[in-house]
Amino acid sequence: MSGDAADIVVRAQGLVKKFKDFRAVDGLDLTIERGMIYGFLGPNGCGKTTAMRMLTGLLTPTEGTVEVLGLSVPKDAETLKYKIGYMTQAFSLYGDLTVLENLDFMATIYGMPAKQRKKRIGEVMERYSLTDLKNRFAGKMSGGQRQRLALATAVLHEPQLLFLDEPTSAVDPESRRHFWEQLFDLVEGGTSIVVTTHFMDEAERCHKIAIMEAGQKRADGAPKDLMAAMGANVVEIEGPNLRDIRRHLLGTDGIMAAAQLGARLRVLVKDEVPDPEGFLKAKPETDGATLIEKVRPNLEDVFVTATGEGRQ
Amino acid sequence: MMRSLTRISAVFFKELAQLRRDRMTFGMVIMIPLIQLILFGYAINTNVRDIPVAVVDQSQTALSRILIQIVEATTVVKVTERLTSVQEAEEAIRSARVRAAFILPDDLSQRIVRSPSVGLETPPSTDQETSRPVAQWIVDGSDTMIAGAIKSLRSMPLSELNRQPPNRSTATFEVALFFNPEQRTAINIVPGLVGIILTMTMIMFTSAAIVRERERGNMEMLINTPVRPMELMIGKIIPYIFIGLLQTVIILGLGHLLFNVPFGDRTLDLFIGTLLFIGASLSLGLVMSTIAKSQLQATQMTVFVLLPSILLSGFMFPYEGMPLIAQYIAEIFPATHFMRMIRGFVLRDATILDLHRDVLWMCGFFVLGMFVAALRFKKKLD
Repeated sequence: MSGDAADIVVRAQGLVKKFKDFRAVDGLDLTIERGMIYGFLGPNGCGKTTAMRMLTGLLTPTEGTVEVLGLSVPKDAETLKYKIGYMTQAFSLYGDLTVLENLDFMATIYGMPAKQRKKRIGEVMERYSLTDLKNRFAGKMSGGQRQRLALATAVLHEPQLLFLDEPTSAVDPESRRHFWEQLFDLVEGGTSIVVTTHFMDEAERCHKIAIMEAGQKRADGAPKDLMAAMGANVVEIEGPNLRDIRRHLLGTDGIMAAAQLGARLRVLVKDEVPDPEGFLKAKPETDGATLIEKVRPNLEDVFVTATGEGRQ
Repeated sequence: MMRSLTRISAVFFKELAQLRRDRMTFGMVIMIPLIQLILFGYAINTNVRDIPVAVVDQSQTALSRILIQIVEATTVVKVTERLTSVQEAEEAIRSARVRAAFILPDDLSQRIVRSPSVGLETPPSTDQETSRPVAQWIVDGSDTMIAGAIKSLRSMPLSELNRQPPNRSTATFEVALFFNPEQRTAINIVPGLVGIILTMTMIMFTSAAIVRERERGNMEMLINTPVRPMELMIGKIIPYIFIGLLQTVIILGLGHLLFNVPFGDRTLDLFIGTLLFIGASLSLGLVMSTIAKSQLQATQMTVFVLLPSILLSGFMFPYEGMPLIAQYIAEIFPATHFMRMIRGFVLRDATILDLHRDVLWMCGFFVLGMFVAALRFKKKLD
């Protein structure tokens, strides 16, 4: 293995997964580097969970090749299982076992010797604030507590690579923030992380993301680079009759999309229009507008330009 | 290897912890053998007694009344109705008020005097008159066991009518009853009940074992760990082996106390045989669990195995009485082999070697079942 390849944790080429006639994943190429959080961003049913399951060896690709941590998947999936951690979308630990019992079960399943097991369980319980909950039944805990337990079990055997399938879909915003801080702690410790999400703010925290739609990758790169290269400028309009303005603008040449955010209308104007603010001000529909200004694009704008009708 | 054992122990302790908290299942472990043993031990009886019958006495003599008393004294039948005509008797049988009717004709006295069973004289056997029966039984023959019991009255001696001791005729054959000389049904039923209860509980518990992980959403996490299918299977059945042995002790111990069923001296043989049967049943349950899509389906499959295990295994009806094809089918079920084994060990003092064919078959069934279950368990979602 060359020095360069060692820094690649996931390499997938031409990945296809068919369920009967439905192509859940349709020709996916991926290269994920070590030491970063890589996010799959996309709506429900876009194939991000299916893609992740193929990377962990849970699903056999219909076509294409996968190499994770230098191991060919699904051929070497069993060896790989010691090196990766996986957090499922739905809580999948045992509700009728306590926190400690769940952790002990998982540590033993990964073949940890008794002494090391005790030490390591103590460590993760401390780090994920589970020590006080250790005799609580997993089924009786809150969403945030369960999520901490799920993360604790996923990192118990110190995996090099962590797969998280929509890890924050069942928790409150406070727990979510905290959770992401913990992910960055893990990255600092040398773990690479692959995460799926449909939250824009979460995707924005990733080092790199892939925007998925209908089983295909529409765009990938660092969120900042994607915003810079999205091929549209963002202009916000304030004023009355925003719904009317929106209806008129949609379908006009040069306008990619328009969406209302509270008292403002966020309009994506194509790059080919040289002066987007002037372009909008010149429109008769915006006569009543009190403010028309160019703003910084966000990831949602990238998502809109990369997918659906906005796609070029 | 060491890692393998560690993982098996992980699954074992996990199952144990879950089982301990599942009060319902835990209760069934104790209550099923307890209740079924007491119920069936007392209830199932193949020696039919006190069959309700009607009497149609057309002769109305002292003799006829004595005859009825003699018949009642056998305790095979119990007179519950006295009717005046044969039509009424048939009606009583049709409406299931009685299972048979005893018809005493008006020339009863003449018939009795000439009957050889009374023993007044020994008329030539060619005499037409003497070969006439004394009275008639009309029997609801649909239940073969009831019919058989009444048929046994067909040639009962009537010398008591003449205040003579019953003539001690020499039997054609001498029959020596081994192992259960008193002909108590419980002796046969209680050891067999071990097989039925183990079939039921063992298959029921394990048939849900794998499918439950799937239903509760634990499967995706489980197949992401390095646990191997065979390790998972072995770890899952070990707790139930102990449960099975516990149930066996309950049934045989209580059977000894309540019904005086002997234990036999073959404790080791009994232990090995029971262990093999538990193993075979558990592995069958695991295979079913890998097929079932839900716990409900798993339960339905359990019933599918349980019924033939009760009806074809020799538990209720003699194996030898079944047609050959049914016997072959019965051979598939572990319960059939176990019936033979446990009755052999407990009642006939047989050894493992005497029943080596059943032992080998059970071993094969267990190993095959474990392999099929492990092979069918895929660590994949597709």
